[in-house]
Amino acid sequence: MVSDSSRLGFYLLLAPILLWLVVLIILPHVGLFVVSISEKIGPREYETGFGNYATFFSEPLYWRTFARTAIMSILATALTLILGFPIAYYIAKLTRGRTKTTLFLMCMIPFWVSELVRTYGWMILLRETGVISNLLQAIGFADGPVEMLYNDAAIMVGLVYTSILFMVVPLVTTLDSLDDSLIEAGYDLGGTSTAVMREIVIPHAMPGIVSGCIVVFMLSLGNYLTPILLGGKDSLWFTGMIYTQFITRFNWELGSAFGFLLLVLSSLVVFAGLKLSRQSLTETMGRT
Amino acid sequence: MSDPNPDLVCSNLTKAFDDFVAVDQVSFEVPQGSFFSILGPSGCGKTTLLRMIAGFQAPTSGDLRIKGKSMIGVPPNKRPVSMVFQHLALFPTMNIGDNVGFGLRQRGVGKSEIRERVERVLERVGLPGVAERRIGQISGGQRQRVAIARCMVLEPDVLLLDEPLGALDLKLREHMKVELKSLQAAFNTTFVYITHDQSEALVMSDNIAVMNRGRFSQIGTPHEVYHAPSTAFVAGFVGEANRIDGRITAQNGGALTFTTDSGAEMKIDAPASGLRTGDRAQAFLRPEAIEMVSTGEGLNVSGGVVENVLFNGANSSATIKDQTGTILTVALPQTGPFATLRKGDAVFTRWDPSRARCYPVTEG
Repeated sequence: MVSDSSRLGFYLLLAPILLWLVVLIILPHVGLFVVSISEKIGPREYETGFGNYATFFSEPLYWRTFARTAIMSILATALTLILGFPIAYYIAKLTRGRTKTTLFLMCMIPFWVSELVRTYGWMILLRETGVISNLLQAIGFADGPVEMLYNDAAIMVGLVYTSILFMVVPLVTTLDSLDDSLIEAGYDLGGTSTAVMREIVIPHAMPGIVSGCIVVFMLSLGNYLTPILLGGKDSLWFTGMIYTQFITRFNWELGSAFGFLLLVLSSLVVFAGLKLSRQSLTETMGRT
Repeated sequence: MSDPNPDLVCSNLTKAFDDFVAVDQVSFEVPQGSFFSILGPSGCGKTTLLRMIAGFQAPTSGDLRIKGKSMIGVPPNKRPVSMVFQHLALFPTMNIGDNVGFGLRQRGVGKSEIRERVERVLERVGLPGVAERRIGQISGGQRQRVAIARCMVLEPDVLLLDEPLGALDLKLREHMKVELKSLQAAFNTTFVYITHDQSEALVMSDNIAVMNRGRFSQIGTPHEVYHAPSTAFVAGFVGEANRIDGRITAQNGGALTFTTDSGAEMKIDAPASGLRTGDRAQAFLRPEAIEMVSTGEGLNVSGGVVENVLFNGANSSATIKDQTGTILTVALPQTGPFATLRKGDAVFTRWDPSRARCYPVTEG
């Protein structure tokens, strides 16, 4: 009896995650894959084949956008890490009690506003008639209006800003768990600040760094709003291209193939990142 | 304490925080190669003192010299001291060899030399061939030795130890006490050890400083601190003691007559106590200074009834209540005629007037 009811409890608790996985993740992907391998040969006539994937590789615009998206996402992840690490270190190690909570909250406050509103905030700052442009003219650094929107740098700023919280949170958690006496021991044994950082703090924070990087990379790669709004029409992003195929071109087959390629790409990059940092996915996700 | 070139000298070292003084005008010297313990209850400032020596906290005033050089303003990574932390602080991300070699790597010693020196120091602490193992794969006592090896490989002038035995179980702690002492002798390095455990301090030290409320109450050999405590705090803190409150009712040179608050009269020899007739005083009497006898003749003999027998092997004791209601804890040897003492038995207690210590009661 006991084992029966506990088994029932186990399945009941398991049910939401199973539903989530099957209904929302596995089924759509199977559907997407089925769509992606059907080639249109005439009106309402389809044939199974990898033609859609072939189109992707034969058209430079597609795979170049694809590569560009990947490289910019990796760059955004690296920048977020470089910016986020000192913030996380400061919050976790150099502040206590109330200050710590306040700073942590301040990191989170921007996320109470929708991403769309935040991105428009950046547009107000960066556009030709925006705050920064006017400021530069007022102090005499610029003769005329300066356009800072609609380029790759603007996209990068937007991506880093959108995802920095997801880097700071896991980093603060792992750095919090680093015993202060380990840092002190490092100094006591003659280590310089750089050596202590490199040999003690960073190895300890590695799981947090990796999990933060995975999340930020995924978010950047799959981001749609920021590249479209801040990058303008010249800055292509792969998600934008998928959108175009589905909605503008009404070419679901090619769109599905693109979607699948994006999935493969993100999995490959995460796999490579884990291999490079010699971390395992279970350890990384389990620790934070 | 008359070493011409002591390894560590503190003079009037003070550390004041916003609302209290953690370390107050502390001065002491530690001669080369000696084992110096700072013993005190938690919150007495001993950790602050140790952290000042290590360089993690800057003193408010006073001077700190190691091998004659002032350490004021010198950061911890430039000081010739190493510290064994309370929880050892071994780096969990490195194997044992890398842990021990950490300090040497910082000094830019060559790889092959590091390997050699690490292996040599691990051998000296009795752990040859463990360099490749991870921290989690060795026992608590071995970890202790790795932590010491990690410091000793740098050949520091002074090794600081912050209650490193606190986390070990009793048997291992007893064992490590002896081992630490012999390691200290083998390395011939100056050890400064802080603890709140008086038996650790008594067993290992050449000299003990008893610290209370930011000040040193007494500095002396374990023998002096135990047998000739200079203040009531030291007498009560180091070792077991019966504390009796009372008043001096007669004084003849060093021979005092002490009357307890409950009315019993005792004779105490205290030549240098400075007590006079009428002063409030506290008498301290070690359990082992009291003997049990079966007849009631002589000085400081009183009859009583056994209240309780606390059996603890060789450290057994009995509490005995005399006619006036004063309760004394008395050591109970397990080999004498009183080994079979039971609760409720009537016995006489006797003690030598020179074995008791008497101090004036300080207000507050």
